[in-house]
Amino acid sequence: MTTTDIAATDVAIEVKGLSKSFEGREVVHDLSMRVKRGSIYGFLGPNGSGKTTTIRMLCGLLTPDSGEGTCLGYDIRRDADKIKRHVGYMTQRFSLYQDLSVRENLEFVARLYGVADARTAAREMIKRLGLSGREEQLAGQLSGGWKQRLALGACTLPNPQLLLLDEPTAGVDPKARREFWNEIHDLAGEGLTVLVSTHYMDEAERCHEIAYIAYGHLLARGTVEDVIAGSKLATWVVTGDGLNALAHQLTGKPGVDMVAPFGTSLHVSGRDHDALEASIAPFRSDPKQHWQHGAPSLEDVFIELMSRSKDNFQ
Amino acid sequence: MTTEGNGSRHEAPTRERPFGFLRRTYAMLVKELIQLKRDRLTFAMIIVIPVMQLLLFGYAINTTPRHLPTAVLLQEDTDLGRSILKALENTAYFEFTQEVHTVEEFDNLLLSGKVLFGVEIPRGFERAVRRGDKPALLVAADATDPVAAGSAMSALGQIAQTALIHDRVGGDPANPPFEIRAHARYNPAASSRLNIVPGLVGTILTMTMLIFTALSVTREIERGTMENLLSMPITPVEVMLGKILPYVGVGFIQASLIISIGVFLFGVPILGSLIMLALLSTLFITTNLAIGYTFSTLVQNQLQAMQASMMFFLPSILLSGFMFPFAGMPRWAQYIGECLPLTHYLRIVRAIMLKGSTLENLRYDTLALAALMLVAMTIAVTRFRRTLD
Repeated sequence: MTTTDIAATDVAIEVKGLSKSFEGREVVHDLSMRVKRGSIYGFLGPNGSGKTTTIRMLCGLLTPDSGEGTCLGYDIRRDADKIKRHVGYMTQRFSLYQDLSVRENLEFVARLYGVADARTAAREMIKRLGLSGREEQLAGQLSGGWKQRLALGACTLPNPQLLLLDEPTAGVDPKARREFWNEIHDLAGEGLTVLVSTHYMDEAERCHEIAYIAYGHLLARGTVEDVIAGSKLATWVVTGDGLNALAHQLTGKPGVDMVAPFGTSLHVSGRDHDALEASIAPFRSDPKQHWQHGAPSLEDVFIELMSRSKDNFQ
Repeated sequence: MTTEGNGSRHEAPTRERPFGFLRRTYAMLVKELIQLKRDRLTFAMIIVIPVMQLLLFGYAINTTPRHLPTAVLLQEDTDLGRSILKALENTAYFEFTQEVHTVEEFDNLLLSGKVLFGVEIPRGFERAVRRGDKPALLVAADATDPVAAGSAMSALGQIAQTALIHDRVGGDPANPPFEIRAHARYNPAASSRLNIVPGLVGTILTMTMLIFTALSVTREIERGTMENLLSMPITPVEVMLGKILPYVGVGFIQASLIISIGVFLFGVPILGSLIMLALLSTLFITTNLAIGYTFSTLVQNQLQAMQASMMFFLPSILLSGFMFPFAGMPRWAQYIGECLPLTHYLRIVRAIMLKGSTLENLRYDTLALAALMLVAMTIAVTRFRRTLD
């Protein structure tokens, strides 16, 4: 029954106005977010945008300069100890003990969290991770994909209610990434809330909800569809010959916010629909190229957001 | 759906199991032991450093030195003088490397350190002996290193009695016809040889224990494992105890090794209680580990941790009474010395091994060690950063 106070609400994370500076440089600015229980929440943004800092503030590893909030119903300022008990945090860099074996690492974590039978718990997790046969291998000798699986195993072993995953798939091959995401969806299916930061757009699309953060500012949030719709971006997809030259001609024209090649096509996007139409009108008559209204991709939206925020904040 | 359907999955961790403190400390301790086992270099350090230091100090520095370079100032060349010199050389302590004829040359050789001893046979020495005037034969010693000079000086006493047996000048050995006036230059007080081995127990333990724990927290930070550790529900006290306790065992093994070598190889006695020695040594070991751990929480990286250890180690060696007699140090140095655990342990270990002292005699030093340990632990726990801020 001790879980009632937490279970009473279906919000896992609720923070308002979080700010954090390091040596006078503001890394996170007035960030508010709300993560529903049982959802997979994607945290997107360029390098150095404040994703890691935000995650660390959520699990009590950093103290916010201002702002407040709760994580699993516990105050992020006062109840860091309780939060730690129920949160699994997977760091960006592999941070288990390289000179301990797979089994020893898992047993260490299990003992720290007071899991009843550390040996059995570790053995079951090894089985679940598909690491059988490697349990006595030193963690430092595992490949990137296996290290990542082990790290995920270590932070899910104590049965947390919330997983904070900081770029868990960076540098991992596509197959391992796919398996990793299947695992995350399985965990979410069991009721776990997952907050995951990533660079990869395809991963963003696998989240229930996303938030985009750049230069410490949260710029957009919602479902993928919401974010795309909210961007009010109009995108034209151009196919045909001479796209390279076209891209150069279009760049900088009024209303053209972004020109980006995608394989054999060119995406031309802008928020001011009329100005965009006016600027592209002279080029549309070229018979070598075919112009078509397209939906902006998430990547279009993010790159546009990022270039815009760069003007505002840098 | 998010609350009911998966209740089973999340019930376990919310119920706080008893003895959390002990369990987490134990988890940390097991982890440290495994890491220690894997770290061959550290493992070697546990055995090699004490054996090496003890043998180096014990043999290379502490054995009775022989064939010490000696200068002779001959003011007259007589048979009697020659016999005395021969007798001196027969003790094997002295080896005559220089023969000089003026006092200046004689003094310079001693000052420059080219010789450790100078023997002066004054003018008119033989005549004075035959007259029964009991003249003095001067032996000057460079006693800057009392260990080097000590045994040779003590051997001098016999010479006067035995040197002249064959010369039939003075028949009565109890009443020699001349006296040897030994003059220890530069450092008249010589410390006992037995002081060294018990002292080494403390010195070696200080060095190795400090380094073991001084590296422990910075290593976690440098390897990036601290972020993970801090995100888990473990308290600073548990981290500290988990990191210190394995090395208490290590230190105990080291201390036993050093003391055994001291007893069996160098013949140092243990007059007092062995159990008392073991208990107080463990206290001293823990104190040093706590201080090393404190450094670990104060510095930024492993290099700084090593430097901090060295900066603590040096005064420990110099001001604890290991190198120089504590009582002979200036007052300010004694105050610093009182703050060093080695000072107190040296008194304890020397007193137990050489004087057979009891805990009752050593109460002050025992309490001082315990106080230093608690101060270090308090600083460490309060300084341990629980966040990455």
